Amino acid sequence: MSAHENEEKMILDVNNLHASVEGSPILKGLNLSVKPGEVHAIMGPNGSGKSTFANVLAGREDYTVDSGSVSYSGLDLLDLDPEERACEGIFLAFQYPVSIPGISNAYFLRSALNAVRRYREESEVDAVDFLQLVREKMKLVGMDEKLLQRSVNDGFSGGEKKRNEILQMAVLDPKLAILDETDSGLDIDALRIVAEGVNALRGGDRAFIVVTHYQRLLDYIVPDHVHVLSEGQIVRSGDKTLAHELEREGYSWLESGHAREKTQEAS
Amino acid sequence: MSEAEELQKLADKEYEFGFVTDVESDSLPPGLDEDTIREIVRRKGEPDWLLEYRLKAFRHWQTMEDPAWAKVNKNVVNYQDLIYYSAPKPKKQLESLDEVDPELLETFEKLGISLEEQKRLSNVAVDAVFDSVSVATTFSDKLAELGIIFCSFSEAVKEHPELVRKYLGSVVPYTDNFYSALNSAVFSDGSFCYIPKGVACPMELSTYFRINAAGTGQFERTLIVADEGSTVSYLEGCTAPMRDENQLHAAVVELVALEEATIKYSTVQNWYPGDADGVGGIYNFVTKRGLCKGDRSKISWTQVETGSAITWKYPSCILQGDDSIGEFYSVALTNNFQQADTGTKMVHLGKRTKSTIISKGISAGKGQNTYRGLVDIKKGAEDARNFSQCDSMLLGDRCGAHTFPYVEVRNPSAKVEHEATTSKIGEDQIFYCNQRGISTEDAVSMIVNGFCKEVFSELPMEFAVEAQKLLAVSLEGSVG
Ligand SMILES: Nc1ncnc2c1ncn2[C@@H]1O[C@H](COP(=O)(O)OP(=O)(O)O)[C@@H](O)[C@H]1O
Ligand SMILES: [Mg+2]
Repeated sequence: MSAHENEEKMILDVNNLHASVEGSPILKGLNLSVKPGEVHAIMGPNGSGKSTFANVLAGREDYTVDSGSVSYSGLDLLDLDPEERACEGIFLAFQYPVSIPGISNAYFLRSALNAVRRYREESEVDAVDFLQLVREKMKLVGMDEKLLQRSVNDGFSGGEKKRNEILQMAVLDPKLAILDETDSGLDIDALRIVAEGVNALRGGDRAFIVVTHYQRLLDYIVPDHVHVLSEGQIVRSGDKTLAHELEREGYSWLESGHAREKTQEAS
Repeated sequence: MSEAEELQKLADKEYEFGFVTDVESDSLPPGLDEDTIREIVRRKGEPDWLLEYRLKAFRHWQTMEDPAWAKVNKNVVNYQDLIYYSAPKPKKQLESLDEVDPELLETFEKLGISLEEQKRLSNVAVDAVFDSVSVATTFSDKLAELGIIFCSFSEAVKEHPELVRKYLGSVVPYTDNFYSALNSAVFSDGSFCYIPKGVACPMELSTYFRINAAGTGQFERTLIVADEGSTVSYLEGCTAPMRDENQLHAAVVELVALEEATIKYSTVQNWYPGDADGVGGIYNFVTKRGLCKGDRSKISWTQVETGSAITWKYPSCILQGDDSIGEFYSVALTNNFQQADTGTKMVHLGKRTKSTIISKGISAGKGQNTYRGLVDIKKGAEDARNFSQCDSMLLGDRCGAHTFPYVEVRNPSAKVEHEATTSKIGEDQIFYCNQRGISTEDAVSMIVNGFCKEVFSELPMEFAVEAQKLLAVSLEGSVG
């Protein structure tokens, strides 16, 4: 198989990516390839650059790409505005979703859906069809319908915010979903509900990048690949058993200088 | 299309109402002295008592100085350069809309207030004031069946002199301030409204103000009297052509609510704000005050201020009746070089009087936005309550927001609460919207609309929609 054909099969291909925040380099040569339908977990200690990676993919302004390339569904991702990336099917479930006081969840989500549909040259959905769609998806994530009329994330509990992110994902129907620490701040019941919502959206060509510090979430969302991020690089990759290994050993081995060796062993 | 036309089109997009209507007008030469006032009175065929009133006001005005205290920069207005009376010709008494100059009707169509349509379809009675003169009032007949008087101020002077005489200047005396004195001397028209005892006005009453002629000042006078137990909701909208000189608008609005009466007064002010370099635009120096004269009466001001180069405006309530209620809901937006200094005065006289102040200031470009308010609780106001909330939002870092909430309490039983916040529009909020596919421009207008929600929800439905659109237009290009 030629390199070109191989590339065509990828939904996301990240090549030697270097990125910095406020002048300090955070990502230092990150490589990652994701095929349609795959679930990749990215683990790593706090401060290793997981959220930075997620934000760079989504196109956040304060994150500067210094070198490297990212191709997404055959497009040069780094060339697109954040809203274009969203409309092309990239969805980021935020680690800390912000609130928008005075704008109802329903209004916000319908505006988003219609923005995406306009981009795809599809007709906008009216209020009635939207309500039907959103109700169906709310069941999927076990969300109270009352939250539709509340302002976006305003006064939501941690669990409600995370569920709201998954609801938005379900409605917007992305091709590549990036979940940034969706498990943080959730008790075990909430975690299970959120994971079930995500699992219901698995299947077909939709790919996931699940960013998490703990292995816990991966008991529910079972990944095809697990990567360990340390100091801005992926230092180890493996299958789901790697997550269990990390759970037992923690991340301390990274500091002992074994990281490079282990990656080499693995490859 | 020529380049000039192209440019004009672009310019029109920025301020949609910047066209000039080609009607012949009958104007006095510029300048102001006692003869000007006598000429206005003669042309309008006004009675002697009104001439006396105007002259007293004029003499008082001459002793006053142009105020410079509000936090704004402005060019000096030369009052002798202004035209104090301009009426579209022909100036004969109009019997029906059919007699209104078609050019004028077209103007109002362009402004989105089709008088013809309104008359037939909607439930809003409109009084349209063009330059100095009221050109059309719709629905008067239907209202008259209920005893409601809704007509131009000039007509009220002729038809209901006893009411006008009783209430004119009773809330805003001509001695009140420089601009109210000037207005009292030279006001040419405006709207008058009287709701009789126990009548709930079945439709929104609306006045539309339009400055058209060059070099004119607009000095309207609005007087609304709600008799015992009546209710009325009143809307006011305004636009002006784009001109590169500053035009003066100095209106006076007086509201009187008798026992258990309720008046709701809503304004969407969209006077020409000047261009992006700060040239031209309306000076909007308006005195608005309501008197809650009777027990359990209520006056509620809601304003959305997006236009004018400079706005000085403090719609106020005098809570004289026991258990009376005053409310002020305001959104003021300044972009480019606009300056707004606005707020309210709540004067508590009666027992258990209550006031609520919700002010939302939005500054973009180099706009300056000031909230200036006074809660004044007098000695006899036992158990008075006030709640004030003043929030400012900044878009960019070249604009400014300032808050001056003055409180004077002379009765120890008073409860006064004040909250204030200033926030920058959040990059993270915009990014959140972007990440869901929403463009930055739409995100900004959404976030700003959310910020203003408590005020918009006080507006009548159609007005709320218009206000949201206006905000979006006024913010175009303010965040890049
Ligand atoms: N907005 C920011 N400004 C400055 N430094 C930042 C910012 N965001 C992240 N960083 C820094 O980048 C590094 C990686 O952070 P992050 O990507 O949030 O890690 P993780 O999500 O793996 O915990 C940390 O050292 C953090 O302090
Ligand atoms: Mg993180």
